[in-house]
Amino acid sequence: MSSQSGVDAAVGARHRAPGRRLSTGQAGDRIFAGAARGSGILVLAIMAAIAVFLVWKAIPALQANKANFLTSQDWNPNATPAKFGIVQLAFGTVVSSALALIIATPVAIGIALFIAFYSPRKLSAGLGYVVDLLAAVPSIVYGLWGLLVLAPHMDGVSKILNTVLGWIPFFGGDSPGKNSIFTASVVLAIMILPIISSISREVFLQVPRANVEAALALGATRWEMIRLSVLPYGRSGVIGASMLGLGRAMGETIAVAMVLTFAPGVNVHILEDGGNTFAANIAKSFGEATSTGRGALIASGLVLFVITLVVNMAARAVVARRKEFV
Amino acid sequence: MAKRIEVSGLHAYYGGTHAIEDISMTVEPRSVTAFIGPSGCGKSTFLRTLNRMHEVIPGARVEGKVMLDDEDLYGPSVDPVAVRRTVGMVFQRPNPFPTMSIFDNVAAGLKLNGVRRKSQLDDIVEESLKGANLWEEVKDRLGKPGAGLSGGQQQRLCIARAIAVQPQVLLMDEPCSALDPISTLAIEDLIAKLKNQYTIVIVTHNMQQAARVSDRTAFFNIAGTGKPGKLIEIDDTSKIFTNPEQKATEDYITGRFG
Repeated sequence: MSSQSGVDAAVGARHRAPGRRLSTGQAGDRIFAGAARGSGILVLAIMAAIAVFLVWKAIPALQANKANFLTSQDWNPNATPAKFGIVQLAFGTVVSSALALIIATPVAIGIALFIAFYSPRKLSAGLGYVVDLLAAVPSIVYGLWGLLVLAPHMDGVSKILNTVLGWIPFFGGDSPGKNSIFTASVVLAIMILPIISSISREVFLQVPRANVEAALALGATRWEMIRLSVLPYGRSGVIGASMLGLGRAMGETIAVAMVLTFAPGVNVHILEDGGNTFAANIAKSFGEATSTGRGALIASGLVLFVITLVVNMAARAVVARRKEFV
Repeated sequence: MAKRIEVSGLHAYYGGTHAIEDISMTVEPRSVTAFIGPSGCGKSTFLRTLNRMHEVIPGARVEGKVMLDDEDLYGPSVDPVAVRRTVGMVFQRPNPFPTMSIFDNVAAGLKLNGVRRKSQLDDIVEESLKGANLWEEVKDRLGKPGAGLSGGQQQRLCIARAIAVQPQVLLMDEPCSALDPISTLAIEDLIAKLKNQYTIVIVTHNMQQAARVSDRTAFFNIAGTGKPGKLIEIDDTSKIFTNPEQKATEDYITGRFG
């Protein structure tokens, strides 16, 4: 900070004619400063406008609602009287995203470690690029793939899980199917894999050489070196990356909407068909919704917005805390 | 516990760069051998070939022979990981594991070797910290982070970590260059004590230090930028600093270098 301003002062001194004011005052500087400030303010203004719009549109629907918005399992905003609550949507969103995270994080860490420490150097650059490319595949493609390719295969997987792990309530139920929250979670896991993997990889590559050599010089194998030096150093970075992935999974719309078959109510048996999420529900029912129905969807969108915000803020807090240590 | 090192015809490379050329020398057990020479002359590179740490840098390779008593460190069936458990190393900057406590730092190498029993770990950690002249300063806060110690204490912690696994040889790469004079003195005292048990090789830029701590001194030099470093001569420290065979050595130690 001090050296930065010292450089500025030195540069300023060289360009300043004697007797003129401190700012160089050139037109280009002023235009650039104005443009930058304007862009910053514009973003905040747009954010505020969106929030105001959402709240304004949601209020009439919430007033017409005859059920408790936060605790009801119904979602019938188009009926008269309208009855809707977010429990089912929140359940589907949180469970599918959390499960996606549980599936994706270990795989992503494995990919990151392989690229950073195991693969030959020539391979690692290309491999990292391919993993990043996964993030560029449009979500509609993931949705189609999930529906047409993955779902038929998930039928068998679900039945096996149901038989073996059926004693766990989540994996219980009588009719394991293929268009379930579980299938949606697998699709989501693949979608959030690249972001978790590439951030983890960056963190792992930043491990100071001194830490790595400290472990190697003690006679650590590569895996022991990773355990002693890399994972402790990268832990909070990986947590932050997973939280960002979680945020993405919760907001994912079209892939989930295509995979899930709609069934009303909360079903804790995630291997059975049915379930719904905030984003998928909006995409599916906005077209045919009445004005109250649209308001209800907008209100549910607000809830998703808040949940995603909280997750992202938590992620940022974790990542920022790591900076203090390093 | 100490072994003799015999190096013959050793070359080291970084990719296409020839870093050190045709080095042969013998390092006697239970003695301190100091490497001196200008920056970039290959002292540290050579040191790192002695525990196969050179090759952890991508593209780096070694040719030649390093014998530890009668075992060739670069033999085809030799595992570099096993070599590094026999030949310990202390680095220029203290590098304790930042997330570990003082105790865990010293115990890290032991755990790698499969020592799990708490009582055994306790004993060896205490013994190693005493060996590194650090026990009295840290015995009441073994659970505190190793990174919270002063620089000199951290370096002694790293020495304790290295000797905890009872290596045959201890390599030190400018171990005092990041330390103040008081801490430097503490490390030098420690080196004098450790040489009763270990074969010690130390790289240093400080010629007084080489004269103070070492029994034998090797002078390395480089003919010019981009040329490989060479061993000019190795002899008893007293001879190198009073009556060296080579003119280049005399120029360097009397400050007429370059």
